[in-house]
Amino acid sequence: MCLAIPGEILKITDTDPVTRSGDVSFGGVVKEVSLALVPEAAVGDYVIVHAGFALNVLDEDEARTTLDYIRQIEDLQYEDDVSQ
Amino acid sequence: MKFIDEYRDPDLARKYVREIERVAKGSWNIMEVCGGQTHAIVRYGIDSALPRGVTLLHGPGCPVCVTPVETIDKALELASHDNVTFCSFGDMLRVPGSTKDLLSVRAEGGDVRIVYSPLDSLKIARENPDREVVFFGIGFETTAPTTAMTVLQAKRFGLSNFSVLTALVLIPPAIESILDSPLTRVNAFLAPGHVCTVTGFREYERLSEKYGVPIVVTGFEAVDLLQGILMSLRQLENSEARTENQYGRAVQIDGNTAARKLMDDVFEVIDRKWRGFGTIPSSGYGLSGDYSEFDAEKRFGLTDRVAEESTECISAQILQGIKKPSDCPAFGVTCTPEKPLGATMVSNEGACNAYYRYRSRAKSKSTLGKGGEK
Amino acid sequence: MKRDSGWPECPIPKSDCENILLAHGSGGRMMHQLIDRIFVEAFGTAELREAHDGAVLQPGSKRIAFTTDSYVVDPIFFPGGDIGTLAVNGTVNDLAMCGARPMYLSTGFIIEEGLAVEDLWRVAKSMRDSADSAGIRIVTGDTKVVERGKCDKLFINSAGVGVVEHDLDIGPSSIRTGDKIIINGDIGRHGIAVMSEREGLSFQSDIESDCAPLAKAVLRMLDAGIEVHCLRDLTRGGLATSLVEISQTSGYNLRLNESSIPVRDDVRGACEFLGLDPMYVANEGRFVTFVPGDNSDEAMEIINSESPDTSSSVIGSVGEKSGALVLIQSIIGAERIVEMLSGEQLPRIC
Repeated sequence: MCLAIPGEILKITDTDPVTRSGDVSFGGVVKEVSLALVPEAAVGDYVIVHAGFALNVLDEDEARTTLDYIRQIEDLQYEDDVSQ
Repeated sequence: MKFIDEYRDPDLARKYVREIERVAKGSWNIMEVCGGQTHAIVRYGIDSALPRGVTLLHGPGCPVCVTPVETIDKALELASHDNVTFCSFGDMLRVPGSTKDLLSVRAEGGDVRIVYSPLDSLKIARENPDREVVFFGIGFETTAPTTAMTVLQAKRFGLSNFSVLTALVLIPPAIESILDSPLTRVNAFLAPGHVCTVTGFREYERLSEKYGVPIVVTGFEAVDLLQGILMSLRQLENSEARTENQYGRAVQIDGNTAARKLMDDVFEVIDRKWRGFGTIPSSGYGLSGDYSEFDAEKRFGLTDRVAEESTECISAQILQGIKKPSDCPAFGVTCTPEKPLGATMVSNEGACNAYYRYRSRAKSKSTLGKGGEK
Repeated sequence: MKRDSGWPECPIPKSDCENILLAHGSGGRMMHQLIDRIFVEAFGTAELREAHDGAVLQPGSKRIAFTTDSYVVDPIFFPGGDIGTLAVNGTVNDLAMCGARPMYLSTGFIIEEGLAVEDLWRVAKSMRDSADSAGIRIVTGDTKVVERGKCDKLFINSAGVGVVEHDLDIGPSSIRTGDKIIINGDIGRHGIAVMSEREGLSFQSDIESDCAPLAKAVLRMLDAGIEVHCLRDLTRGGLATSLVEISQTSGYNLRLNESSIPVRDDVRGACEFLGLDPMYVANEGRFVTFVPGDNSDEAMEIINSESPDTSSSVIGSVGEKSGALVLIQSIIGAERIVEMLSGEQLPRIC
């Protein structure tokens, strides 16, 4: 369970811990999203949003690592092939 | 769109397919638990791109599918009250109970509203103090904190006309139930990425160790799923059994601690009945004592009931990964999205519905792998 | 009242009458005043001023295209248009899909008691503006008022007559293996624009309905001698539904390429968080054209020149005449079948 989408926090509109919310952009469409579950999230962060709530801040370094995974495997294979 | 498009890169996806072909030597069954992952697998055609020996099984990660008929009947009863405004996620509107669904209740004059967030139903409650507003609280651990926060806000605002019909369920007990079954054919799991965004994955490490099964916490885009499958296969081919995290950009080992604390406060763990599984102990959330005033079942005095389910329907076996939709004689014949017999045909995420929508009905070969062999 | 001097205020000021009453539909003086001061004023055709039971027309000696549609959209005003824009363009486009030159429109109004007269004036103005852009005239109509609750603010039926000046048989039975399938622009704008106004699903965006008349693009293609085999405008049910219909009627397989289907980023963003598939989202200014491969470049050039805020794309081609399936190749190169939805697509969280 499931449908959660990354969006960029453009603005924080309410700072009370329980009703904390902000404007989040999804490819240009802006929706008010609750930030109550991500007290550390700030403007400019990308958050993963489900049912109107941000659940976590997305980690750019980890994102890059994920994309690099297959490339690392291919590099290792290339080395294997070369050394044989 | 950032954090989405990169994970739909066709070149990257093709690299994974090639590497999976290179790595997979044995016959393996990998189960993805989450309906959103089923949806993506079928939409991108990932299962048809895998080598013959690798079979993807679709597990019970669809809260719509596993909501018992009794609970839907309770929802229908509430929605039919004159002074109730019944709010629900769109997913639940077409799920049939014993006799009808929420859409029919709306057609008959019931005030049934689709909401995107539980907070929308809170807004309706505040703007309509003379109406009783009930929110249909289905979902897994991904949705649980959103429901919890909504209830917390309701308490903070002192709302007396808002309540929740809870039907929240937990993933790890379902996985355990599948692994405990002697009929199980699952060799590895793709754990639901967004559930783990909230809960973290320490509980899955315990399951890996207890059952000797690889579990990979996986995201929802094509590259995520292919990487999750590759990581599972690498473990299986090396006879490893641990929990790994493919979805590092959104998941940390302890999840979202603020959300977990909130859920501990607002909810208590209870036994829940799962459509197709029966009752699994300690597999759901109900409102804890401090918040029981927001429990719709208590507020409206709803009685417990037992509902019958179709005898032709094999969704129980599909949900446990024992059979595929194409194995069912009723599939596409007496059971279609317009006239669903059971849970898995009902929602877009149900394995049968996904198959029906995206697959040829003519292809009905059973391709269940033997599992566990090298 | 002269149109080129811009639209005047509502001819029935609030001080006279703020809301539509049952009396406005009763056939008496109030109804005649409503028709004269709102509809005849806005639409301004000689036939309407005749105030006859019907309009007698002389379209010529060619084949006639005739179509009807009813419009019940909620909300009646949305970004980029309103129920009036739809009522004119929707029917104009049905005529255009026959390859006909739109000529005449009839409009029937069912008005809920209590609708603001100002709103009715606004809709009437939209209809006249749309009719002028599309080159069609509103020549006859009807007005009824029903009790509060018996209809949702305003329902409009419009029927259209057009003249077919070409000799082609445009329809699914004319498509052939190898035909290219061209769409005139990006999909999903109308459905999302309407949804952005709905309670519970609202969000801020610049997305406006793509509602627009399509006749000019079609007529120019026909004038240029392009062998148009089939046309279909995409409305409810979106691109997927129209293509499934054509495939089923013609018996041909249609093969699509997912990465060629244009979707704007913001429409995609809205679809992503609502859990909607853009292929099933409603459009009002989009159509698909089936033409032989060697005509496709010229067809796209003409289509592009008539749609300045978007560009056309070849989304696939016609396959073999067997199976009658719409097949789409995903980004990883695997093929799946595109089905018709059983009902309306609903937002989901799952």
